[in-house]
Formats: sequence, structure tokens, C-alpha cells
Amino acid sequence: MAQSYLWQDGTLRSWLLTRDHKRIALLYLGSITFFFALGGVGAALIRLQLLEPTGAILSDAAYNRVFTLHGVVMVWLFLVPSIPVTLGNFLVPLMLGARDLAFPRLNLISWYLFVASGLLVLYGLFWGGLETGWTFYTPLSSDYSEGRVLPVVLGIFLNGFSSIATGVNFIVSIHQLRAPGMTWYRLPLMLWALYATSVIFVLATPVLGITLLLLAFERLFRVGVFDPGLGGDPLLFQQMFWFYSHPAVYIMILPGMGVVSEIVSTFCRKPVFGYRFVAWSSVSIAAIGFIVWGHHMFVAGESLYSAIVFSMFSFFVSVPSAIKVFNWLGTMHGGAIRLDAPMLYAMGFIGLFTVGGLTGLFLASLAADVHLTQTYFVVAHFHYIMVGGMVSAYFGGLHYWWPKITGRMYPEIWGRLAAALIFFGFNLTFFPQFILGFEGMPRRYATYPAQFQILNVLSSAGAGILAVAYVMPLVYFGWSLFRGARAPDNPWGATGLEWRTPSPPPTENFAETPVVTTDAYDYGELDARTGVADSGGAHHV
Amino acid sequence: MSDGSVLDHHSPYETPLHRDESAIAGMWLFLASEALLFGGLFLVCLVYSQTRAAGWAAGVRHTDLTIGAVNTLVLITSSAVYTMAVAAGQRGDNRGVVRFGLGAAVLGMAFLALKGVEWGQEFRESLFPGPHFALHGPDSGGAALFYSFYFLATFLHGMHMVVGIGLILWVCRKARHGAFGPAWSTPVDVVGLYWSFVDLVWMLLFPLLYLIGRR
Repeated sequence: MAQSYLWQDGTLRSWLLTRDHKRIALLYLGSITFFFALGGVGAALIRLQLLEPTGAILSDAAYNRVFTLHGVVMVWLFLVPSIPVTLGNFLVPLMLGARDLAFPRLNLISWYLFVASGLLVLYGLFWGGLETGWTFYTPLSSDYSEGRVLPVVLGIFLNGFSSIATGVNFIVSIHQLRAPGMTWYRLPLMLWALYATSVIFVLATPVLGITLLLLAFERLFRVGVFDPGLGGDPLLFQQMFWFYSHPAVYIMILPGMGVVSEIVSTFCRKPVFGYRFVAWSSVSIAAIGFIVWGHHMFVAGESLYSAIVFSMFSFFVSVPSAIKVFNWLGTMHGGAIRLDAPMLYAMGFIGLFTVGGLTGLFLASLAADVHLTQTYFVVAHFHYIMVGGMVSAYFGGLHYWWPKITGRMYPEIWGRLAAALIFFGFNLTFFPQFILGFEGMPRRYATYPAQFQILNVLSSAGAGILAVAYVMPLVYFGWSLFRGARAPDNPWGATGLEWRTPSPPPTENFAETPVVTTDAYDYGELDARTGVADSGGAHHV
Repeated sequence: MSDGSVLDHHSPYETPLHRDESAIAGMWLFLASEALLFGGLFLVCLVYSQTRAAGWAAGVRHTDLTIGAVNTLVLITSSAVYTMAVAAGQRGDNRGVVRFGLGAAVLGMAFLALKGVEWGQEFRESLFPGPHFALHGPDSGGAALFYSFYFLATFLHGMHMVVGIGLILWVCRKARHGAFGPAWSTPVDVVGLYWSFVDLVWMLLFPLLYLIGRR
């Protein structure tokens, strides 16, 4: 049998110059795990500071730098790349039945760009610091900031090219490298989600690029672009920034939705209910995502008519989102549900994403937004989507595909315990923030009135639990690499092509190119092929 | 013939044609991305040429129409010449690729040289925005915004020109080693797409920087 991709050539050089999508996925996994930890340290400092109304540990200026570090690192160096560059990189060719991505060299270049951008951002954040928040609003960033705007902004600019390279690679691969018989409507829903994500990568990221380039130009040469002191319009920056950054919010959730579709089907042993609706809902979330950016500017002097239109489109996003949630529930209905760790994460995703989505509708309502904007309600809302949703899906996906990636099983009991702790810690951290925001506590302040202390202490306590729960997988995944049970080819009884090759796969992925004859999630075909008798749903006791 | 007409062993493709179609598709997607990069820049131009119309027009009037027009002609010619390199590549005529490719590259360098002369003039006339900006009066702010846009847009376009010229020289070097044949000349085509795009961006920049608002 062919050797696994992990050990074919063990030299450091062979890893750093690899064009194998699976190895590049692991290079990315290492990098973003580092950034997740770093952003997590930022979060921990924020929650420690807010234990006391007057601020427990940091000066006001240091607090501004810490929340900027948390936001910049988490958004650009963890959430945006997270699932696409790790699980996506690993799985796209395997799910297609291909040997690699369309442009293997470009894939490696994208990782180097990512690393370079990360180093530039770190240089800015640690040698001088930055206090603008992750949004770099002008004129704060152009005129008043004393921090290192330039290296951070140029780092994010570079980071954009890494995203674009990944997006181009995925789109061309999905068009060109599908195995014989793999029609569009037989693609796993993960690939529909990653395709929609890639469209956003390719079409939205360059607008952020030019916006940040204009900002860098303005800052470097002291010429007018957005700075009102030099004749510019600071709101133009917000328009252009959110034209990217709202679609980017969907970059930070669509891949998670893809992961959840895979997990829910496998652990309920049923095809995803309403496959075509779920597939097209990914595409429509991406499409509608391009015309809702103005809802970030309801109180920034936007005209009432624009605001009404943006509010309406924002409500439209809830339709495909709700289709997904209802169809996952429809898939679970009557299924033979197994509550393994990936499924616990997926169920956590569905619940937390629903809370995050519904509170998004509060914020999309003009009158409510005037009261809630710039408060902790917004913070809680987007953390329910980004952390409760995306990070849960990311962890769920890591557990689900860990046996395929490493060839080892993780310890199931610990996996379930961590999933439950994350769910509990997350809610304890962020639910109080909804109440804080509703009662009027503004975001991004280093201090607060004493009446808010109880809820803040609850939130910080939750963050402590969350921190422990996030470290647990790091420990038992590491343990499993050496001591975990050997994983069979298809430990979960799942249908995707990635499960038809050894765990871990050989460098060329498949001994011979697979031929696809049925829809995704056809468990009857799986049983027929693997010789399991169909006894009416009593599989996998 | 070198690498083009066969697949290397790690290739994800079934046939060379399959690979070459994918390369073309990848370049089109990248150009879609580039279109939005410049699109953001054009948006800035669109907004300020309306909200700061008088000063913006004052800025446009100070650009050097002669150099701009000559450069436009040079760049269109360069694109046309490169198209002949593409045709030569498809015939498998490596010497034609080198000849026309070098012609296109030289015209591209001429464009950059003229652009450099133009920038030099503008710096001497203190048209770069800042405390010593040459245009005074009530519309000075709008004119300064125009020149911010002008310098960034021409810089960004110039960087794309530099990359394009580099790619063309790379194609010429391959051709000099006899890399292309009737069966395979994809790099010539892919670089051609990029070079035409750089040309097209200038077709939009020329009226925005030199013509609209001049009278």
C-alpha cells in the first residue's frame, strides 16, 4: 500500500516546500492555532480588566491596544482563514475525488503570504501597538492614532492576497477537478459552502485591499483621501470597508455551515433534508451579503432611504439562514442520532447560530439599532455567530476529520466533555453581554458604572471556563497523535469520497480515481458497497 | 519541447488540455478580483469628482494631456503587438513570440518612462499634495484630493505594468528555449489576458485623469 502523506518524506524541507494540499492544510493548522491562542490571550486580558468597574489590570491606553489585538488577530488571522485553509485545503480535493487542488504551487504561496502578513501584523501590534479596533475607522486611524497603523494595515493587505489565492484555487478546483460522475448536485454540501465562500474571497477582498492601501497612502504621505482635515470624506472609508467586511462576516460562517451539514447527515445517518435548498442557500447568503453593508452605518449619517433598503436586505439574509437551520432540524427528525463529539459541536452550532441570527434581526431593525448599536448587545450578537457558530463548527470539523487527517482516533469521552464545557462556558460568557448591552453598557470602554459589575463578573467567569475548554482539545489531540487508537478508513460510517481512502490518505489521495454513481449522503449505496446488511436503521449500535 | 505538453507526476489533471483550461480560468478569476481592486479606486474618483467637482476639475486641467494621450497610444500598440505574440505562440513560432513579446515589453517600458517624465514634471511643479501644494484658492482641497487619487492610481497601474513586463520577459525567455509548440502555448495566452487587463485599466484611467472635467 502507498505510504501516507504524513511520512512519505519526513524532512523539514519537504514540508516547507510541499505542494501537497494535505500538508499545506497542516502548515495552516499550526499557524492559525498559534493566532487563535494569541487572540485568546487578548480576550482573557479583556475579561480580567472588566472584572472591576474601574478596570482591574490595564491602563485605558493598554486596554485599547489589547482589544485591538484581540479583534485584528481573531478576525483576520484566525476566523477568516480558519475552516477554508485547514479543513477546506485538506478536504476539497478528497471530496472531489482529485489528486490535489487546481494550483498546488499557488496554494503553498498563499501560506507563505499568510505567514508574512501575520508577522507584519504582529510587528505592528507588539512594537508600538494599535488602538483603532479591528475596523481602522478614519479619521482615528488616519489622523489621531499614535499606534502602528501602517504595518498592521499593510499586513492585512497582504493577507488579502492569501485569501484571494485560496478562493481562486477552490473555485477552479470545484469546476475542473470533479471525479467522473460527480455532478454539481452530487457535491457534498461542504463544497457548496466553500464555493460560496470562495466567491466572496475573490470579489470582496480586493475592495478591502484598495481601501487599506488608500489608508496606508494617506497615513504615509499625509495626503487627503478619507481625512476630513484634508478635504476627504471619512464615511467613504466606512462604506468601502464594510463592502468587504460584511461579506467577510459570511466568510466567517458559511464554511461552518458546510461542516455542520456534513456532521448532521453522518451522525443522523440520513441524507440532508432539502439538499438543493441547503446548497443554494449558501450561494444566496453570499450574494445577498454583498448588498447589506450599509446596516453597519445606520447611525453614521446614512440617509433614511438607504437605511430602509439596507435594513430590508438584511432581513432577507435571514431567509436562507433559516432554510439551513430548519433543514438541519429536518435531517435530525426521525434520524438515528449518535451523540459523538462532532455532533455535539454541530448541535451547539445550530442553537447558538440561531440565537446570533435572531439577535441580528434586532440590530437590522432601524429603531432598535439606534438604541443597541455600539453596545455589548452587538458584541454578544456577533460572538454568538463567530464563536458560538464558527468556532464550534471548526472544532466539530476538527474532531470529525481528525481520524482522516492523522490516522488516529481522539478520546471520545474527553471530546464530549470539551464540547459540553465549550457550550456552557460560551453561554455564560456571552449571554450576560446581551443584557449588558440592552441596559446600555457601551463596547470598547476600559471602565464601566458599578451597576454592571455582576453581569461582567459572570461573563469573565464564563471566559475562564471557555479558556480551559479550548485548551483541552489541544492536549488530547496531541496525546492522540501518539497514543490514540488507529483510525479505520471510515470510522463514522460516512458517505463522502474522503472516507473511501486510507486514514491518513496516501500522497496521491486515491489509488485509482473514484467514480461517483449516487447522490451525496446515499447510505443505502454505502451499505451495499461495504457489505453491511440494511436492517432498517439499526446500524452502529 | 520542455514541460508543457506532458503532465508532471503530481499533477491533479487528466490531460495537458485539462490543465491549460484551468490555468486560463484561474487567470480570469484573478482578473475579476483585480477589477474590484480598481473598482474601489474608481469609486473614490466617482464620489469626489461629484462632491468636490470644482477642485477636482481644476486638478484634471493641470494634467499633461499630451503625455497622457501619447502614452495611451503606446499602451494600445503594446497590447496589439502582444496579441501577435499570442498568435505566434499558437502557431508554435517561438521566434515570433520572442520578437513580438520583446516589442510589447519595450513599448511597456516606454510607457513607464514617459510616466516617469510626467511625474517628474509634477513633482517639480509641487503638484504632490501636502503643505507646499501648488494649486491655491477655494478649490485647492478638491484639487489636492484629485492629485492624491492621480498619484495612487498611476502608481498602482505602474506596479501592474512592472509585473506585466516581468511576465512578458519570462514568456520570452521560455520561448527562446523553444518551449512552445502548436500543442502548447498556454503561458503566452495567460500573460496576454493579464497584459490586456492592464491596458484596459488605463483605458478607464485616461479619461478619468485627463479628460472628464477638462473643459
